[in-house]
Amino acid sequence: MAVLVLADVDNGKLTAATARVVAAAAELGPVDLLVASAAAEEARTIAGVHRVLAGELPRIADALAPVLAKLAGPYSHIVAAANATGRDVIPRLAALLDLMPVTDVTAILGPNKFERPIYAGNATETVSDGQGKHLLTVRASAFAPARSGNAAIVEAIDTSNPSVAEIMGEQRSQSTRPELSTAQIVVSGGIPLGDKFGLIEQLAGQLGAAVGATRAAVDAGFAPNELQVGQTGKIVAPDLYVGIGISGALQHLAGIQGAKAVFAINKDPAAPLMQIADAALVADLFEAVPAVIAELEKLGIKR
Amino acid sequence: MKILVAVKRVIDHAIRIRVKADGSGVETANLRMSMNPFDKHAVEAAVRLAEAGQADEIVVVSIGPKAATDVLLTALAMGAHRGLLLETDAKVETLAVAKLLKHVADEEKPNLILLGKQAVDDDSNHVGQMLAGLLGWPQATFASEIALADGMASVTREVDFGRETLAMPLPAVVTADLRLNEPRNVGLPMVMKAKAKPLSIKAVAGLGIDITPRLVVEKVAPPRERAQGRVVATPAEFAQAIAAEIAKMEPR
Repeated sequence: MAVLVLADVDNGKLTAATARVVAAAAELGPVDLLVASAAAEEARTIAGVHRVLAGELPRIADALAPVLAKLAGPYSHIVAAANATGRDVIPRLAALLDLMPVTDVTAILGPNKFERPIYAGNATETVSDGQGKHLLTVRASAFAPARSGNAAIVEAIDTSNPSVAEIMGEQRSQSTRPELSTAQIVVSGGIPLGDKFGLIEQLAGQLGAAVGATRAAVDAGFAPNELQVGQTGKIVAPDLYVGIGISGALQHLAGIQGAKAVFAINKDPAAPLMQIADAALVADLFEAVPAVIAELEKLGIKR
Repeated sequence: MKILVAVKRVIDHAIRIRVKADGSGVETANLRMSMNPFDKHAVEAAVRLAEAGQADEIVVVSIGPKAATDVLLTALAMGAHRGLLLETDAKVETLAVAKLLKHVADEEKPNLILLGKQAVDDDSNHVGQMLAGLLGWPQATFASEIALADGMASVTREVDFGRETLAMPLPAVVTADLRLNEPRNVGLPMVMKAKAKPLSIKAVAGLGIDITPRLVVEKVAPPRERAQGRVVATPAEFAQAIAAEIAKMEPR
């Protein structure tokens, strides 16, 4: 049976999560990709997509969930990214279909067997789902993206459905850096940076990295909330995570569990993040970070 | 204006959990239990709305064993008016929780239901959305600001690109994120005093709602251990180590 994937679209463009969610879903069956019409051309190029279903998708969960429910019939699985949109709509859809969803999936072990983290990533549960249909959100960072080079057929469908709610405004972060949850390198800063958070931006700029922050740094107003890395913020899985002035609270470590290499700079060698770091530099960050940037410059590392 | 707040009793968030050796779950014996942190933000939001004269009754509900009355007492000490425990010793999945809460909402007829966005044990992040779906009400998840006026709720949500503000008619379901407020601390004397507030207990078994789990948890495993770290001496060595990692990377 086929799998329905809800594409993740922002401002009319697919986010980096979509190709990863498609790759995960393609392990389960041929993928029909449901997407806002504006992104349909981009969507049809993703490998593994059998068919693109394009329509004017509602953006608010109370309107989007019934649209998904109406389309659900022929599919064995309905899959979305475990991000703000997927987390908002999939449980609501689950209630409409009287199904228990499996969310934040980090590994697909079979058509109805999945792994997901619990307790902020301090444990992983293996769940088997014997229901007739499976509703999933998957962590994009846990799956490699599907390649492009496809030309799937596009079918226009009617997906209009009014919401009783209305979007009154948006505040978008102004960062030009890569998106955190799918970035290859992430540079994050903690509270010791204070109002010098620009140092993190500089190092991230040198490395072509996304910028992250701890909950404490966000709460203190040093970094915008959408940069928060951790259980309650963004989950990241870069090849390289560089934590600057970060002690490594449980909930922060939970957010970086998927990182391949972890580097850290901190005055305190006993900080939990320093203890697990593949490279730990005990130093004053205000001296060390500019020196690291200068050395990278010398080595010709500029991405 | 009546607000229903749902709270869950979980292993205290400051405790590092341990997976049982047989992989059947996590150790819970003799651990400190407390109110799910996100639910505290939900209770606090309700109490502030009442203090601002925008709500006149706050009913707080929990589902679980008799011992879960302790988190209801905490909520009552924070300022909720009345508590209700739906008592069961069974494992209750989120879908069943939502069905039980719908039952409570049908009886209590609140104008607003507040919950934490997720519980820090199963990290599901389901119940508010499911409950809104079952009730056919609008929802605002991951709320960092709530304002009520003229039968409408205006809620700012924390989303991937930043923040988004939704306006929706009441009744509605709102789930609390961390930056919604700073929950007040309540000391033991206030909790003792809260024992004078009404708290009723109903058996889940008598409600006629099927709470049979749909999923089977086959195994719970600890996360993979990271190798002990390596200390580098200078910023130059640190930069060289970064260069070495970059050299290993495959294009994404």
